[in-house]
Amino acid sequence: MRGLEYHGILRADGPIVIAEHRENVGFSELVSLRDRTGEDRLGKVVDISEQAIAVQLFSENTGISIDGSWIEYLEKPLTFRVGDGIVGRIFNGLGEPIDGYPPIMSSDLRDINGSPINPSARVYPRDFIQTGISAIDGMNTLIRGQKLPIFSGNGLPHNRLAAQIVRQAKVLSGESQFAIVFAGMGIKYDVARFFIDSFEKSGVLARVVMFLSLADSPSIERLVTPRTALTAAEYLAYEKNMHVLVVMTDMTNYCEALREVSAARNEVPSRKGYPGYLYSDLASLYERAGKIEGCEGSITQLPILSMPNDDISHPIPDLTGYITEGQIVLERDLSQRGIYPPIAGLPSLSRLMKDGIGEGMTREDHRDLAAQLFSAYAYVRSVRDLAAIIGEEELSDRDKVFLGFGDRFEREFLAQGEFENRSIEQTLDLGWKMLSILPESELVRIPPKLIEKYLPRAAEPEAKE
Amino acid sequence: MSAGSITRISGPVIYAQGLEDAGLYDVVKVGKAGLIGEIIKLKGDLATIQIYEDNTLMRVSEPVECLHRPLSVALGPGLIGSIYDGIQRPLPVLKSLSGAFLAPGLAGEPLDTQKKWHFVPAIKEGDPIAPGTAFGIIKETDSIVHRLIFDSLVPACTAATVAPEGDYTISATLVKSSDGKEYTAMSYWPVRTPRTFKEKQVTHEPLVTGLRVIDVLFPIAKGGSAAVPGGFGTGKTMTQHAIAKWCDADIIVYIGCGERGNEMTEVLTEFPTLIDPRTGRSLMERTVLIANTSNMPVAAREVSIYTGITIAEYYRDMGYHVAVMADSTSRWAEALRELSGRLEEMPAEEGFPAYLPTRLAEFYERGGMVTTLESKKGSVTIIGAVSPPGGDFSEPVTQHTKRFVRCFWALDRDLANARHYPAISWNDSYSEYTEDLIAYWDAIDPSWDTLRSRTMEILKKERRLADIVRLIGPDALPDEQRLILLTADMIKNGFLQQSSFDKVDMYCAPPKQTLLLTCILTFHELAENAIKSGSPLLKISALPIREKLIRLKSSLENEKVQEGQAVIQEIRTAFARLGAAQGAVSA
Ligand SMILES: Nc1ncnc2c1ncn2[C@@H]1O[C@H](COP(=O)(O)OP(=O)(O)OP(=O)(O)O)[C@@H](O)[C@H]1O
Ligand SMILES: [Mg+2]
Repeated sequence: MRGLEYHGILRADGPIVIAEHRENVGFSELVSLRDRTGEDRLGKVVDISEQAIAVQLFSENTGISIDGSWIEYLEKPLTFRVGDGIVGRIFNGLGEPIDGYPPIMSSDLRDINGSPINPSARVYPRDFIQTGISAIDGMNTLIRGQKLPIFSGNGLPHNRLAAQIVRQAKVLSGESQFAIVFAGMGIKYDVARFFIDSFEKSGVLARVVMFLSLADSPSIERLVTPRTALTAAEYLAYEKNMHVLVVMTDMTNYCEALREVSAARNEVPSRKGYPGYLYSDLASLYERAGKIEGCEGSITQLPILSMPNDDISHPIPDLTGYITEGQIVLERDLSQRGIYPPIAGLPSLSRLMKDGIGEGMTREDHRDLAAQLFSAYAYVRSVRDLAAIIGEEELSDRDKVFLGFGDRFEREFLAQGEFENRSIEQTLDLGWKMLSILPESELVRIPPKLIEKYLPRAAEPEAKE
Repeated sequence: MSAGSITRISGPVIYAQGLEDAGLYDVVKVGKAGLIGEIIKLKGDLATIQIYEDNTLMRVSEPVECLHRPLSVALGPGLIGSIYDGIQRPLPVLKSLSGAFLAPGLAGEPLDTQKKWHFVPAIKEGDPIAPGTAFGIIKETDSIVHRLIFDSLVPACTAATVAPEGDYTISATLVKSSDGKEYTAMSYWPVRTPRTFKEKQVTHEPLVTGLRVIDVLFPIAKGGSAAVPGGFGTGKTMTQHAIAKWCDADIIVYIGCGERGNEMTEVLTEFPTLIDPRTGRSLMERTVLIANTSNMPVAAREVSIYTGITIAEYYRDMGYHVAVMADSTSRWAEALRELSGRLEEMPAEEGFPAYLPTRLAEFYERGGMVTTLESKKGSVTIIGAVSPPGGDFSEPVTQHTKRFVRCFWALDRDLANARHYPAISWNDSYSEYTEDLIAYWDAIDPSWDTLRSRTMEILKKERRLADIVRLIGPDALPDEQRLILLTADMIKNGFLQQSSFDKVDMYCAPPKQTLLLTCILTFHELAENAIKSGSPLLKISALPIREKLIRLKSSLENEKVQEGQAVIQEIRTAFARLGAAQGAVSA
């Protein structure tokens, strides 16, 4: 059944169309706009008054004319049709199949905006996901139900890293049903292709739901894409009890689209022209990760964003970091030195790590080992700064030892092959091996009994105090 | 009841007509769904309303009903241990209504109306009643006695009837006054109005937090106010959680204002399992949670801090010391900005409305140590997190907050990156309460003030020396100056740093705080002498006691602090031996 169709467009200004007032139009209602060539496009109501209705389009505005166009109010918000059949399929940002196969057979329509999870219904995430990557497992552990973005820059290997995580991620405490939801926003065709091929090679393609709004699709569609994808993820996690890993790339393109619409609506901008509600808007996406009571499934988010000009204080990475539960930061300097994955030691962080590691989950020494590695590596950074000024030869013996530790830590611990899958034990043992480079008296972040148990002893006997 | 109708919908802000007799800040029910809203502007016939719930599909000309009362909090026994959203809707009740996801239009009683509480009257028939008269008590938890006190809205008269001791629900009439009014254990108070008290007091009592860097270097007084600014991931939430867990307040009100859902879940799952060292009871038995997370409606986020502070004032009025954690006040300010933008107001700095500083001042002024209407002493301490964009403290919310708080615990990105937690910078932080608290600390350890200033002095010297080292390397410095670097390093590692995950060290009692510092400074003093009499620094830094002192925070339990005297002895012995050896060499 179709809603009512009207003429009556008053003004078209970028992605915003102003139409004559109509009775019974709801806020946020979905709108279909037909231009003079008969082509339909979708939009939503963003402001209603007794005189006029403002509609924000989800696609291009070319071809919209004041008299030749029709507007239709669809009496519902934008929805996505969910059902068993969505797994293995490819959709556009609006949730329409684009893989040439028939539409989804289901009458189950979901509002893509979802609803906030009641904080008292959340289950605190604790299950360790082994990614096989030392820099992540050892230092910035990923937890099931976490939102952990990758902060990258143009030309850095974030896609390869994301693909490796998807390929290798597993939970130690047994197998369970999983699915991957992929939301591509404004990415190039070859990036999408890279992910499809990589999913195919690792044999998970049949478990992937893809939402693609590529660089050549209208930028506004990117505002909808992650919401459609997360609606699919929520369906799979909370109704089909699957563990869903959501990869969203590139969030920067999403934010650009948001800025574009905000500017078109003449809103007062906050920093760098982004709207003041960018934080709340991003939160409405990222907070859809998690676990809820009475439900096996979970949603783990791996958003990827490229930091404009490698600047972590740019509003996009900054506000993301304020919402997500940590961040994996890629560093150009490491990458240029040929280290893959170039995961920056210090600014990276996983906030849920604290409750998902340790005895019974990873290993008893995990937390203290990681703390020690972080603090030693932080010291390496300051020694390097010093060495750059006074020259390496002038450093004290202690500092020289740290410098050696820093290099080996980067080459042996951080660096690993794109197809190398290290177990958590291997990662932790490797960490201890790195620490054995340092004098034992430097390891003040680790209790003596763990040092006793795990620190590999040098061949020559050490003088005990 | 007056009925109006919607004329315009712009996100969470709507406009309505036909509410002639409505007052500013009255609560309204909007639309067919009956969503809760508040009138924030009146102009002629046109009311501007902010809605606290999602209004998708709401239509123009739907009805608006004014309830002719301001947005209020229900106050009474049962608040402790609860978790509410920003407008005091009980989240567990909403969960039973709509499942794991919040739906608009839900309502639930903030306080359990079925539960019976044991009431003991404190007045009898014929007694005078007035604001500040306690008419009874109810034991709310094992550690909290809930005093039922007439608030300042109650007219003075006498008690016509008083219910006898017994078990009552919060809706049962307990007192009937001579002017015919009935009073129950529950009352309402408008959120935006500070509760009345007799007078403000100056405070000389610290809020002991158990975090050394705060208690010793930048202490806060009970009734004081502090800001914790810091970029993302620098430890604002962890600091507030730690204070909420271990500080010596009687009641904690924790406001999650526009932050993560999981952080509230964490409090909900962790606090009930933790034991309050002072009462021996679960920490949840002194905690009230307000959770209006980042993805919940933005208008309700704006009210959430008022809801929280009103509850805090209510317990203050019973004579309790209440600590309010607001995480994060920046999200509240952003809510204000978003609503102001919808109202098409003229923005001041960075899009924030010009009244931002006024609102911030009003909020922090609701803290303080007071003489209650009942002439008891009670306090509200406010600790607000600030999340500056890009970690840049020159932005408006941090700058304005700084004007209204007297403690500033600046979190430092470099410290956080090096995993030095709490990442409270000793260079950028300050406390204006230090002088006021000396008397309290004198009773615990008369040397507190000296320890404190010596520590600050060493850290200050170290900063200067570090600048030199950065240019020429440490080798160029004489041993006395390198000792400063060594001691500063011990202070950082062995004293300032305190991990929330260390079972022994996550909470540090005051006697242990001064002991640790005494040990390190004793070491410093003896080392200074040793260097003067010719011992090389290399030998001093190689002393095993040095490493032991750094580890002392995690090896010495709070209860065993008297064993610390032996450690001081050990330091002396170590240096005596060093001196003897040195003497032998030079002889
Ligand atoms: N006192 C502490 N002890 C141990 N770890 C800490 C401490 N403080 C912070 N951390 C570490 O830093 C991480 C981030 O801290 P936290 O969540 O408090 O940051 P935040 O400043 O609140 O960030 P945001 O503004 O994004 O909410 C924690 O997950 C924890 O790993
Ligand atoms: Mg926080």
